[in-house]
Amino acid sequence: MDTVVLLTVTGLGLAALYFLVASGLSLIFGLMGVLNFAHGAFLTIGAYGTWWASDNLPGAGSTGWGFVLAVAFGVAVGTAVAALVELALIRPLYERHIEQVLVTMGLALALVALVRAIWGADPHPFPRPEWAQRTTSVLGASVPNDRFLLIGSALVVLVAVLAFLRFTRVGLIIRAGVENRSMVTALGIDVRKAFTLVFAVGGAFAALAGALGGIYLGSISPGQGTSLLIFAFIVVVIGGMSSITGTAVAAVLVGLVQQFANYYAASGVGDLSVVLLLAAVLLTRPSGLTARLA
Amino acid sequence: MTATDQPLLRMSDVHVRLSGSHILQGVDLTVRRGGVTALLGRNGAGKTTTVKAVLGLVPSTGVVELTGADGRTHRLSGRRTHEVVRHGIGYAPEDREVFGGLTVAENLTLAERRDSAHHHDRVYELFPELKQRSRQLAGTLSGGQQQMVAIARLLLNDNQLLLIDEPTKGLAPLLVAEVAEVLARAAEEVTILLVEQNLTVVRRMAQDAAVVDQGRVAWTGSAQDLLDDADRTRELLGVATSGGHA
Repeated sequence: MDTVVLLTVTGLGLAALYFLVASGLSLIFGLMGVLNFAHGAFLTIGAYGTWWASDNLPGAGSTGWGFVLAVAFGVAVGTAVAALVELALIRPLYERHIEQVLVTMGLALALVALVRAIWGADPHPFPRPEWAQRTTSVLGASVPNDRFLLIGSALVVLVAVLAFLRFTRVGLIIRAGVENRSMVTALGIDVRKAFTLVFAVGGAFAALAGALGGIYLGSISPGQGTSLLIFAFIVVVIGGMSSITGTAVAAVLVGLVQQFANYYAASGVGDLSVVLLLAAVLLTRPSGLTARLA
Repeated sequence: MTATDQPLLRMSDVHVRLSGSHILQGVDLTVRRGGVTALLGRNGAGKTTTVKAVLGLVPSTGVVELTGADGRTHRLSGRRTHEVVRHGIGYAPEDREVFGGLTVAENLTLAERRDSAHHHDRVYELFPELKQRSRQLAGTLSGGQQQMVAIARLLLNDNQLLLIDEPTKGLAPLLVAEVAEVLARAAEEVTILLVEQNLTVVRRMAQDAAVVDQGRVAWTGSAQDLLDDADRTRELLGVATSGGHA
């Protein structure tokens, strides 16, 4: 029983990580039609920004509010980079999807190479607050606290995004833009502002995932974002390409399947199981679990 | 010449090329202030593309200008669609294009322009059914109800010009009459450029007409004169006027 509890909570923690990366991807694809291959690089930037800030930013550190400040710095850098990428590289290429894919892929390679050039290719130990290193007993299982941090953060993001989409004018514009961008502009709305906002918010979530992923995995490396991005893309496809709730459900499915398969079958079978899950969903529901944004 | 003497909309030598096809081949068109100008023509003649060219929804060359009530002329060509619309232009597309995942109320809220007053009372007076269905998803409405939403979006703001593309397409005869009645009332306050195949509706609403043929404006004049001239109607539109549909 305690093994099942531990696997479930750990799977949900991993799902939280996938959701944070995939929610931004899903919003960006839904509204802008952009497959953003640079999204993993935003995660890497968030992770390295947090790691750098915990040692170098005045007031920041590896515990307490100092760590919160370090994470805020990492998220801010990730957000700023994402907004700049949208303004400088994506905006001139609207509706040119092949070029967008090439640019975001090139950017992903360049940003990871830049991080590697500055801080090296080797993993760095990531600062972990003392609380996150302890465990909590749940139904007899000793569950590491960082899982709860990941799950809680993802839930906060999920509720915040749904509330934002449901109750704000910008959210309304985003929901409408996902359906029909040109009609939104024909109502006198500059949809490009929503594009930049969505790209920046997606970057923020990815950067947060970078920081939380550092806590979860205990270290960071330049290629971490790229490997997580692959699973995030799978989550987005399973969830329905532009659905936040679908993305959340898909992230839980993928996280749990991966954890249980890795434990009960063999290490590495989890990844294969996720691909099989993707195939099964695409064969039975080609447009994913749900095709609606919220 | 005073502002009211100047045409509201002027298109000059407008060309549109899409996917290698030369759709508009030098459209020259003026829409006078007040009333309804019908844009007629056979299927594929370029009527919808002409409307889209005004809005900047398709890439075009040539000049499109709007002269406001204050006499100031604004060049619309080369502007982005949202900037064009903010000059006081409302658009109801051919297939309604309401947002099916949003409620009726959300569709109307989305259409509220910052530069305009919002006339929800007027809209709900014209279409009381929309008030009853304000919480219903627009995608679950009938075609006629969706057309009401599309027209309501137009009438919500203060506009100078409404571009309405085939508002009666696919509607039952009773709804056609209702839509025509609402648009006729709207035309008392705002200029309308109306793309319409139903010549009965055109006869009822339009004072002026322009016929588009093979990407050019082939004829302009009084709508009444055109529809009363059976030979010309047959020649330009390929139909007899007694039938009702072009």
